Amino acid sequence: MAAITLIEAVNLALAHELKRDNDVVVLGEDVGVNGGVFRATNGLAQKFGKDRVIDTPLAESMIAGLAIGMAAQGMKPVAEMQFEAFMMPAYDMIYNHMARMRLRTRGRITLPMVIRAPWGGGIHAPEHHSDSPEAQCAHIPGLKVVIPSNPSRAYGLLLAAIRDPDPVLFFEPKRVYRIVKHEIEDNGEEYPLGTCFVDREGTDITLVSWGAMMHETLIAADKLKLEGISAEVIDVATISPLDIDTILESVAKTGRLCIVCEAPRSGSWASEIAAQVAENGLFNLLAPIGRVTGYDTTMPYYKLEKQFMPSVDRILEEARRLLEYK
Amino acid sequence: MSTTPVAKFAIERVQYLDPTGKPLTKNLPDFAKDKDLLRSMYRNMVRLRTFDAKAYALQRTGNMGTYPASLGQEAIGIGYGTALKKEDVLVPYYRSTGGLLMHGVSMLEIFLYWGGDERGSDFKVAREDFPIAVPIATQCLHATGVATALKYRKQQRAVVTEIGEGGTSEGDFYEAINVAGIWNLGVVFFINNNQWAISVPSEIQTNCETYAQKGIAAGIESIQVDGNDILAVYDVSKKALEKARAGKGATLIEAVSYRLCDHTTADDASRYRSKDELEKGWDSEPVKRLRAYLESLKAWSDADEEALQKELAAEIEAAVHAYKTFPAPKPEDMFDTLFAELPKHIQQQRAEAIARGAKHVGGHH
Ligand SMILES: Cc1ncc(C[n+]2csc(CCOP(=O)(O)OP(=O)(O)O)c2C)c(N)n1
Repeated sequence: MAAITLIEAVNLALAHELKRDNDVVVLGEDVGVNGGVFRATNGLAQKFGKDRVIDTPLAESMIAGLAIGMAAQGMKPVAEMQFEAFMMPAYDMIYNHMARMRLRTRGRITLPMVIRAPWGGGIHAPEHHSDSPEAQCAHIPGLKVVIPSNPSRAYGLLLAAIRDPDPVLFFEPKRVYRIVKHEIEDNGEEYPLGTCFVDREGTDITLVSWGAMMHETLIAADKLKLEGISAEVIDVATISPLDIDTILESVAKTGRLCIVCEAPRSGSWASEIAAQVAENGLFNLLAPIGRVTGYDTTMPYYKLEKQFMPSVDRILEEARRLLEYK
Repeated sequence: MSTTPVAKFAIERVQYLDPTGKPLTKNLPDFAKDKDLLRSMYRNMVRLRTFDAKAYALQRTGNMGTYPASLGQEAIGIGYGTALKKEDVLVPYYRSTGGLLMHGVSMLEIFLYWGGDERGSDFKVAREDFPIAVPIATQCLHATGVATALKYRKQQRAVVTEIGEGGTSEGDFYEAINVAGIWNLGVVFFINNNQWAISVPSEIQTNCETYAQKGIAAGIESIQVDGNDILAVYDVSKKALEKARAGKGATLIEAVSYRLCDHTTADDASRYRSKDELEKGWDSEPVKRLRAYLESLKAWSDADEEALQKELAAEIEAAVHAYKTFPAPKPEDMFDTLFAELPKHIQQQRAEAIARGAKHVGGHH
């Protein structure tokens, strides 16, 4: 069992499902011969053939629309959008069609499909390559939105996404594509969608995050520990449907909540989590809910991206502020 | 069953020089004898090539971000760029460095842009040109909007936009040429057909014999040119721009070229493209071709070349120096041009960012 990166785990899960289920196909720009610009589909076209791993013309609305048609026939397309921001031309397909087909047809037509996209900032990319649009996607009823934070979760959650009878948006935190390695057994075991992961147990404060920001959040928890503060750390993993119960239980225990995400603050998924905790867990809170997020500005060109994104220090500052409330 | 004959179509292909720089016809356009013009086109192609080489070097040494070069496609941007007037509007895509340089955008600005600094998009000269479009094909619709405004105000100005051949698969491209046809807009669509959309070749991109013919369905004049023959590119650009300024409608120009570099510094073309093909590509490249023609006119010498290289090296070194010593962007830059007046809640965030930025130490590059 070799230790592999998050991007290799995506590749492993795709290969597993392509092999297991003939209805699974992979499609997108540059996913074939080139194996994807990040190499998520590396070697798959060579192994499974061009009918299963399909290089498409450069047109995102077409890719999503095509996948909708295929899924309606019971195939299980896994479409790649080259970067999260280039999903926008397909937004009409995603919002108006992919998310609503089951409802509109009273379950007659269902769409077992996945759209994958590299997501988030921090890799010094050109503009339009560093956004975090999970909240605007999670806002769409009828969609599941998943963001794994590490290799094992990428493998297990992608398997679940492909096998899910409904459409799933699967956002891959590109900043940590190659940072952490996990030993993964290619046993086809999925992780459940719609369930948070409690990564550290703690009693003083709950830190909630997802995707690449989990790494800063875990580092912050370790630093807090050195100060004698016990932080519980939760990886949301499935943005929608949100497993609020795990978060509420944790807040009931710790009394303090700090949510970390790299998207702009207003209307972010941190806001949704804060709202739900305020609605259902207010009286367990000892302090206001804290949000550590990007600013309400466009993700800047990369010279300023570090200043835009939450840092370990920012998380620590906010956590310490919340701990001042007794 | 009846049929309605609509039209038969053929795509005109313009080319004046063969790959060795020999004229293919005795009837070259008049400008082909204008040595100053030709020397200037040559100079600008070499300028772009030298700029690209420097940009690559900066990226490789960690001084700049991802960069898409124009190696092998210099005749396109420099060709239409030579035909552009100051008052025309350029709506570029990320590989329009040639057109931007010709329209007065500085090397420093282009370095800043690819170096991840917003100030690179605040063109000091080309004030009405659009910033570089990274999302594919969106620029085509912006160009039609600009052309609509120019028409509404009855201005005799043209709009040029450029797109890769892969980009012509996007809906935005078809929507743009369609509306340009209906409203007879003064816009020139330049397809930079460098044969590859990252790893995807034409067989996967289109079932058409040419990309130019896509314009026929939109009812706009559509031409193909040898995109490595700057005489041809300049000729069709000049005519199309004059037509646009005169209110006579849009033109779609497919310039057939070849990408001699990787897609960007982040790409490795050897994964999907054969060495043989690349080597063959060098046989028809545009810089060598114009130089041979210039030499045949006795309009260029080794001494000229040496002087040009020296002059360009100095210009580029100065631009690199200006780039490397350019003051670092400040945290407030994220906010200050977001709105005409920054909403209150964001003013607080601005103050926070400044306070945090003050703690950040570290150089610009
Ligand atoms: C809407 C959108 N989708 C995908 C991308 C990613 N991408 C950047 S360049 C490129 C290929 C473009 O090829 P082509 O249009 O032929 O132009 P070239 O780069 O070859 O000049 C792709 C897929 C993007 N920038 N925008």
